[in-house]
Parts: sequence; structure tokens; C-alpha cells
Amino acid sequence: MAAAIELHGVSKRFRFHGGRPPTTVKSAVLELVGRRRRRMKERFAALRDIDLTVETGRTLGIVGANGSGKSTLLKLIAGIYRPDSGSLRVHGRVAPLIELGAGFHPELTGRENVVINGIILGMSQREVRRRLDEIVDFSGLAEFIDAPARTYSSGMYMRLGFAVAVHLDPDVLLIDEVLAIGDEAFARKCADRLADFRRVGKTMLLVTHDSAAVERWCDEAVWLDRGVMRAAGTPRKVIDLYRQAVAEEESDMLARAYEPPAAPAVEAVETQTPPAPTLDRWGTREIEIERVRLDDAYGNERYVYAAGDPVTIRFRYRVNRPVQSRVFGFAILRNDGVWVYGTNTNLARIGLPDLRGSGEVEVTIDALDLIAGSYFVDVAVHAEDGTPYDYHSRRYPFSVRDDATEHGVAKIRHRWRIVPGDARDGRP
Amino acid sequence: MTRAFKELLAYREIVLILIWRDLKTRYRGSVLGFLWTFLNPLLLMIIYSLVFSVYMRVEVRAYPIFVFAGLLPWIWFSSAMLSGASSIVESGSLIKRVPFPPHILPAVSVTATLVNFLLALPLLVGFMVVWGFPLGWSLITLPLTIAIQYVLTLGLAIVMSMLTVRYRDLQQLLANLLTLWFFLTPVLYPTTMVPERFQGLLMLNPMAVLVTAFQDALYGAHAPPLRHLSAVAAIALVVLGLALALSDRLRWGLAEEV
Repeated sequence: MAAAIELHGVSKRFRFHGGRPPTTVKSAVLELVGRRRRRMKERFAALRDIDLTVETGRTLGIVGANGSGKSTLLKLIAGIYRPDSGSLRVHGRVAPLIELGAGFHPELTGRENVVINGIILGMSQREVRRRLDEIVDFSGLAEFIDAPARTYSSGMYMRLGFAVAVHLDPDVLLIDEVLAIGDEAFARKCADRLADFRRVGKTMLLVTHDSAAVERWCDEAVWLDRGVMRAAGTPRKVIDLYRQAVAEEESDMLARAYEPPAAPAVEAVETQTPPAPTLDRWGTREIEIERVRLDDAYGNERYVYAAGDPVTIRFRYRVNRPVQSRVFGFAILRNDGVWVYGTNTNLARIGLPDLRGSGEVEVTIDALDLIAGSYFVDVAVHAEDGTPYDYHSRRYPFSVRDDATEHGVAKIRHRWRIVPGDARDGRP
Repeated sequence: MTRAFKELLAYREIVLILIWRDLKTRYRGSVLGFLWTFLNPLLLMIIYSLVFSVYMRVEVRAYPIFVFAGLLPWIWFSSAMLSGASSIVESGSLIKRVPFPPHILPAVSVTATLVNFLLALPLLVGFMVVWGFPLGWSLITLPLTIAIQYVLTLGLAIVMSMLTVRYRDLQQLLANLLTLWFFLTPVLYPTTMVPERFQGLLMLNPMAVLVTAFQDALYGAHAPPLRHLSAVAAIALVVLGLALALSDRLRWGLAEEV
């Protein structure tokens, strides 16, 4: 199959505007008069030596943190930027779905904006006029289409922008974080449209933070990290690597944050006031929790599990001031906040030994029977009346993989048995 | 340069639709709407006539007609330069999301203001008829003069629009510069009032040549001196050529900086 997009050794650098005010004639003249040498053009590499080939009809997902160069890559392919080095070839008409509706003029009506937008994106006047009704129909904004665009909501802007873009009849679609547009019904319509494009063999590039969307839509994926391609391959493989790296980075950061202060005097610890609560951690710190990690059956730290895998939540505690009333607890939350499960040593009637100094707590889950998705583990230590000593919420993400597609939260183990009607009828 | 020129032609459909947008948005939502095209030069003509013809008694036959014939091309030039200079900065969102040859944006400004100029021209001709001016053969030189001014303005507007992306205060500078330029251009006074020894200096200004060409053809009812006009035509072509070459050099940086 022919390649729709080919990049070889593509690099892109940007001038760095860190803190410098925009140039003006005044400042340029002052620099000249004052004989101040202009500072060397500071540049940073947005993309370094990217090799990428996308076959015609394939959908490629691009994942990575903010500032990793995803959008720059898209703009290079769209022809908005030019690479500093390397070669780049794109075959066919490209529809960039970047910042949809950004070019709309607020004083013009929706209909007029559709015409202008369509022509700017590469349709001919005749083409736009022919498809105008179709576009308006798709946007679902027929009753507002003759009102000025300034009266539209931002959702309506994007819907109209998306409607124009998907009617371009492109060969290559570049999609930048625009999958979740408008209400649920419209989002579904967009998804259907993209599925149509896939079916008829359009090439698509999808930039998104939503790794579930990459798995759902893409044939392959790449992971960009600070301008370098860290991984390429099947979406699942790339996303697992990406998530693992993100989780490790986070736990590294947490571990560093927990480094005990250098030789603290015992009295000082006693009188220390608890640190101010943050969104993901609070409590009076009579007992502290540190180094929370998730281990697989072999004791390796991991943050991606297959459904049904055993998992051990392991963390260290440190007693700053002995207290009589103490309870350890943990909970599992889905990334949208749904509370999947929660319990503590009190509810489970686990007797705690005398706690002094520091030690370790292990919670072993024999089978992580969860539907595939992203989750968090919360851990806490608190008094019996609920007063938190140290509460860690939504700090430790992990994800669950599953080959099966199921719905809901928990993977309920079950069996089916279908009894044919005539078998029952045959009974006496 | 040739590529930039070909793009101007290849993107003419976009140019046309953007001109249409420009004209439509300029007058939508204003009470007088389309009448603004006429009102601005008309008011200027009345004020200048009052000041220079009634108060200061400049000895020029049918001064309002004379001033109007010079004002129209000047207003075209200055409004094209002002809107052209800011055109790329203002359409930053467009350049950042669609691959787009940036120099077609100043081309839109220059062409849209040309449309306004052409719409106001019949008003001048109407005044001349009412005043009893003869409409002579000299009018056939108008398209040539318009074409030369178009090329010159387009070249200058492209250069200004690209430099404005880098130097944002260039716009204010340009506004002041245009005011000075206006008084150095024989719009309010005929060239015959300028002392002999300044005549050569006066005609170094291409806009002086163009404005007097309009005044000659309309008010003076005689063909403008082709020697000056052809010199300006050559300058205009060189300026446009340089502007398109500059566009080829700067275009890729613009999407990153705008």
C-alpha cells in the first residue's frame, strides 16, 4: 500500500520567546543606537529527528504530554509550518481539524461563515454551494444558521467548524483534540462520521490526551516525549508504555517529595505543624504515609494490569506521634470519580499491632476484576472517628486492560446457559 | 517571487470571498451602512473646501471638484495601507490553522479598498456633470492609472503587513507617516502653486504623480504626462517584485510568530 504521509529525519525548532516582550520598531532602533548586540536567537527543538510513515487508509494516534510536539507535528503535516531539516511528503488533500471555527467572523451569519470557511479550507465556490445544505444539516444548527456567529455558543462554533471540515472530502484528516464536540448526540455523529472515513480508506492522524480514544480509533500509535519519538507500534503497546512512564515519573516525584528532612530533631517533629492540605493530600500527620506503589505478583512495580491480575498495594507508614486510635484504609476510584470499592482495617476488623517508628502495609487483591479503563488508588490513615492523619486521594493512577469489551465498572464473573424453548416444551 | 505571484492567482477565489467578507462586515451593524463609502470622502471634501477655498481663498476653479478628484485616490491608498498593514496580524488565527500564503491577506485589503474607490468614483463624475464639467477622452487613462496605483499599493502593503508581524508598533508609525505623506502629496493644492525649484522634488513622490494623474484626467480633462506615469509604473513593479520575494523569504516564519 502507498504511504500517505512520509517523514524522514524531520526536525523543527522554534525561537524561544521566554519572557522577552515582543519586538517593536522602538526596541529595534534602541538596540541599534545603543550598539547592544542582539541576543543570540535562542531556539528550542520542538521535534527532533522524527521518522514516520503512515500508509494510506490507516489511522495513527499521537499521544504525549503537553508540549511534547504533537501539535507541531500536525501543523508540519498540514503545511502550516515547514521543517528545519528532513523531508516530509503528504499525498492528497489535507483537512486540518485544528482549532475548529477559529476563523469564523462574528459579524457574519453562520451560513456566510460556512461558505468562507469552506473556500479557505480548499473547496471551490461551487462545491461549497452544492454541499451547503448538507453541512448545515450535519451541524444541526439549521434554525440559527442565519443569525450572526457572535450569538453562537462555543459549542455551536465548533459544531459548525467540524461540519465544514468533514465535508471537505479530504484524503488525509488531521484531528487535534476535537473528538469531544458538543453534546452527546453530536459527539456520536462525529464519531460515526470518522468511522465512515475510516471505512472508505481515508488516512487520519489523531492527536489526543484521551488514550481510550486512541485505542478505539487507531490502527497504530506513536508516543512523543519532548520532541522525540519514544515508541511506535500498536495503540495498546504504545499507550501502556506511555502510561507506565507517566506513572513512574509520578511516583519518582512523590518519592522525592517524601525524602525525610536531614536529621530532624525529635522535638522539632513533635512540635511541627502539619503541612497545609493540598487537593490530593491532607491530614494532621500524626502518622504519615509514604512511597505508595502497586506491585504485580512478582513484586515488580507496575501500573498497567490485565483484568483479573493480582495486585498488591504497598506503602510505608511513619509514626510521628503515637496515637491510640488509628485505621488504615484504601479505595479504588474510576478516573471519572465513580467509587468502585473502599474499605479499612476497622470495617474489616483487622487488629493493628502497636505502631512505632515506621513500617509497611500491604493490601493484596487476588483478582483485579475491573472493566478496562483508568483508575486511581486512594490510601489513608485516620482516627476511628474519621479525623485524617494522612489522606492521599487520586494520586496513584493505574489502568486495566482487557481483550473483552464489557460495560459497567466491575467485571462480574459469570456463565451463560441458553435453554432452547422446544427443550422445555418437550418436558412432560 | 514567481511562485508568490502564481499563488495570488491560484487563491483568487479565497481573495474574492475575503473581499466579500471585508465589505460585508465593514458595513453590517452600522446605521448608515453602505453610505459610509461616500460619506467619509464627502465630509473631507466639504471641510477642505471650506478651509482652503472659503477661508484661505486658494485660487482654484471649482475647488471642491479638484479636492475630491485627489481625495478619492489618496483615501484608497491610505486606507489600503492601514488595513493592509494589520491584515496578517489580525488574521493570525487563520494562518495558524490553515496552510495559507500570507501575502494574499494584504491583497484582500488593497482590493477591497479599490472596490470602495470604484464605488465612490461615480459620485465624483455626478458632481462634475452637475457643475458643468466636460467629460473628455482623458477618462480612458483612468484604468491605467488605477492599475499602476494598485500594483504600487499592493507591493507596499505586502511589505508592511509582513514587517508588522515582527514589529507590532509599525502600525502606529504608519498612521503618522501617512498624515505627513498626505500633505506632501498635491491633494489640497495644485502642483502649479508649488515653487519651480520644488517641482522636481515633488514629483519624486510616486503618490504625487498618481494623484495628479487622476486630477488631470478628471478635473483637468487632459491626459496625464506619460513620462512620469511610466516611471511610477516601473517603480510599482519593482516594489511588488521585492514584496513577493520578501514574502517567499518570510512566509514560513509568519505562522510561528503571528
